Amino acid sequence: MADRLHVATRKGLFEIVRDGGGWEIVDAQFLGDPVSAVLVDPEGAVYAALDLGHFGAKLWRRDPASRGSAAAWREIAVPAFPPKPEGDGEGDPHPWSLGKIWVIEPGGVAGRLWAGTMPGGLFRSDDRGASWSFVEALWHMPERRRWVGVAGGEQPGINSVLVDPRDPDDIRIGVSTAGVWASADTGRSWRLINQGMYAEYMPPELRGEPIAQDIHRLARCGAHPEIVWCQHHNGVFRSENAGADWREVTAIRPSKFGFAVAAHPRDPLTAWFVPAIKDERRIPVDGRLVVARTRDGGASFEVLTRGLPQRHAYDLVWRHALAVDETGERLAFGSTSGGLWISEDAGESWAMPEARLPPIAAVRFAAA
Amino acid sequence: MVTIWFTSALRRFLPTPSAEVEAATVGEALARVFATQPALRGYVLDDQGVLRRHVAIYLNGEPVRDRWHLTDPVGPAADIYVFQALSGG
Repeated sequence: MADRLHVATRKGLFEIVRDGGGWEIVDAQFLGDPVSAVLVDPEGAVYAALDLGHFGAKLWRRDPASRGSAAAWREIAVPAFPPKPEGDGEGDPHPWSLGKIWVIEPGGVAGRLWAGTMPGGLFRSDDRGASWSFVEALWHMPERRRWVGVAGGEQPGINSVLVDPRDPDDIRIGVSTAGVWASADTGRSWRLINQGMYAEYMPPELRGEPIAQDIHRLARCGAHPEIVWCQHHNGVFRSENAGADWREVTAIRPSKFGFAVAAHPRDPLTAWFVPAIKDERRIPVDGRLVVARTRDGGASFEVLTRGLPQRHAYDLVWRHALAVDETGERLAFGSTSGGLWISEDAGESWAMPEARLPPIAAVRFAAA
Repeated sequence: MVTIWFTSALRRFLPTPSAEVEAATVGEALARVFATQPALRGYVLDDQGVLRRHVAIYLNGEPVRDRWHLTDPVGPAADIYVFQALSGG
C-alpha cells in the first residue's frame, strides 16, 4: 500500500504522506518552477523533470538515503538531441532540441530509465540518469516527420512508455499525435502498430490511419501486460494484444473525452478515467467532477462522485495526473485548478488534502 | 578583457559568478566560462548550441545580432550580460 505521493505542479514538486487517517504535505521542492514529470524508481529514488521557461528542461534526482537532508536533490544529466546534420535536416518540421520531458519510466533493468519528450525524441539511460542516449532509430523513421504537435501546432510528444514486465527489451510508446509505436529490440527498430482506432478530427480519408491517432495516454495492466487501455482524443479504447489491435469502449460515461487513464495493476477488467467535455471546452460535464470506473473490461461504467465537487467544478485532469498504487486500492488525481483528491477504496470515495496547489501535471505513488 | 555577468535568476540552480576572460567573440567568451562551469551551458544554449529563445545576451548595452552562432566580435574591453527575457505568469 502506497503511503507517499509525489505531485508535480506548475510551481513546484510536493510530497504528501499518509499520516494517521489523513494526507499531509511534508515537503515542497523547486517552488516556483514548472515540474513536467516525476518518477519514483523501484529503488525509491525520485526523479523530477523541470520545464524552466527560460533555461530549458532539467532533471533532478533524490536518492532514498538522502531523503530529509538539506541537499537531498541534485541535478543530473538531461537528455539532449544530437547535432543536426548540415543539409540532412532540411524540411524537418521538428526542432532537434529538447522541449520538455513529458514522461519518465523505469526500464525493468536496474538503473535503466526511459524518457519521452517533446518534440518526440525518446531517450534511454542505463545509469540512473547520469547519462542519456538518444534513440536514433525512432527519430530517423521517415514517418516521424508526419508526427504533428498537440494543442494547435506545438511539438509532438511521447507521453507514454510501456515496458513489458516479462521482457525489458519490448517497448511500446504512445505519441500525441502519432499513434502507438513498438520496438522488440530495446529501441533499435520500430513499427507503428495500432489498428482499430479512428480520429474524428481528421479528413474522412485519413480517419483510420494509425499515425493520425492522438494518444492522450496509455495504461497497462501489470499482471496481464497484453491488456492496454487508451484515453484517446475522441474516445476510450482497449487492446488485448499489447496495443496492436484496439476496440472502442463506447460505454464510457459521462463523456468520451479526457486525458488520463489508470489500469488496475492485477485485474485486467478494471480501469479508471476522468472524463470531460471534449476539446473545444475541456471542462467537466455539467460542472461535476467525476471518475469513471469499469470493472468488466469496459462493458459498463460506474460514475464515482463521493467526495468530488458536484457544482461549478472546472477541473481538468492532465495525462499523467491520475495514478493508482500497486494494490489497486489507492488512487490519486490532480487537476489544472490545483485540486488533489485521494481515494483509499479503489475510487468509491475521495478526500482532498488541505492544500491549494498550483496546476497539477503529474502524480506518482511511492511506498513509504 | 571581457567581463561576463549572469542573471541572478540562475543562482537558484547553480553558481554563476561573473567572469573575466580573453575572447574575440561572444561565443568564445561563453565557451571559456562553460569550460570551467559545464552545467551552465544547457541553461544558456539549446541542444544545437543556439541561444535559448527566452535568454538574452547584451554586448556593451546592445542585444547580440547573431543568436545562432554568437559570432558578434568583442573589443579588448567589453561587458556581456546574460539574462532572461521577460515572460511568464
